[in-house]
Amino acid sequence: MKHKTRFFVIWFALIAALLIASLLVGGATNKEAVQESMRDAVLHESNVINLFGLKNVNPGLISGFIVTLLLLAFAAVVRIFVVPRFRYVPGRLQMLLEQAVGLFDGLAKSNSPWRNRFLGAYIFAAGAYIFVGTLSELLGLQAVTVSGHSIALPAPLSDVNGAIMMGCLSYLVILSGGIAGNGAKGILLTLKEFSLPISMSFRLFGALLSGLLVTELVYYYSNLSFGLPVVVGVLFTMLHALIQCYVLTLLTSIYYGEVSNPEESGKKRRKKAAVDGSLPGAE
Amino acid sequence: MNIPLNIDWQQILLHLLNFVILAGGLYYLLYKPVKQFMEQREAHYRDMDAQAEQKLAEAEQMKADYQKQMTAAAEELRQQQAEAQQKTQRAVEAELQRAHTQEEQILTEAHAAAEREHEKMLSDVQKELEQMALTATEKLLLSGEDPYEQFLNAVEKEQENG
Repeated sequence: MKHKTRFFVIWFALIAALLIASLLVGGATNKEAVQESMRDAVLHESNVINLFGLKNVNPGLISGFIVTLLLLAFAAVVRIFVVPRFRYVPGRLQMLLEQAVGLFDGLAKSNSPWRNRFLGAYIFAAGAYIFVGTLSELLGLQAVTVSGHSIALPAPLSDVNGAIMMGCLSYLVILSGGIAGNGAKGILLTLKEFSLPISMSFRLFGALLSGLLVTELVYYYSNLSFGLPVVVGVLFTMLHALIQCYVLTLLTSIYYGEVSNPEESGKKRRKKAAVDGSLPGAE
Repeated sequence: MNIPLNIDWQQILLHLLNFVILAGGLYYLLYKPVKQFMEQREAHYRDMDAQAEQKLAEAEQMKADYQKQMTAAAEELRQQQAEAQQKTQRAVEAELQRAHTQEEQILTEAHAAAEREHEKMLSDVQKELEQMALTATEKLLLSGEDPYEQFLNAVEKEQENG
């Protein structure tokens, strides 16, 4: 009991001291206006990073490389040290890995029962990239821009180029499913959904960018930097990671399943199901 | 060409390159081995389930066979019991018949023996009476007494001796 009290006293004293110190010291004067900061977060006109002396790129691309490295390193460690020790009755880590794989595999199988091997692998990779990429914001990894400023690396998909890549690639995967399942008819079925690449790309971009902008806004004013970032920075980022990962993988699986159905198009199937469902005694 | 929103084809391709590397790596390092293990486990448990079902079916078959054998054995036992009962019944009846026959034979023989004894006794008594009458007559004739008186005396003597 005595230890507990002492701990709380020290903790609160530390918080109070840091708060007073941060208020007394004051923040560095913002060299750029908030409008400029927001505009740069969207367009990356000035805060660009040099890629190995080859080209100036958006910070999102550097984040993408780092996320890929982290994920591949994790996967390699798992493959070497964890997978060989897998047991029929799983432990915690094994259960987590199996849940992750099983989730995307199940999503692919349930939405496209006739063709799902490639789809499962794709949505697993896309889901992992979106989820971990979005959470990488929380690490606050720093990079130096070409103008010499230090910036925190954003989520890879808050870069419009990354979001376009993911949206268009998902559309191409859907198209490949259509071709594999239905040939020329599959192409037509996929082309019918021509708005998909744009909607998928900008949904991702908009969702992740909004989180980034809100966080940017909060951190711009030092008065808002106490307590609020816990909700805005952490909880919103985690929600974004989960929701965007789920939305993109689910949409890709549903459209893939529809266009790759070898028997009939998705609309016909839905119409038939609706007719069957309206019949009395129909299951 | 200046594309709005700072869209850059080269960066899109770099993002794509990055993602393709990630997707391939994740597939070979994580997705495939984990999925293979899950399928292997599923197959293992499916085999176990199939084996258990097969053993159950065998046990059911065995139970049915035993049941059939038990029924057949019970039927056989019942038939044997019925046959034994019939044999016993027949043996008892034969024994009774034989006993009855013996009884009749014994009775017949006993009757015959009694008849013979009776006749012999009658014959002996008759002979004895004849002998006595003869003896009395002789005595009467020899003594010259009244024959009736002599006869009575002779009889009394005989009774006294007798």
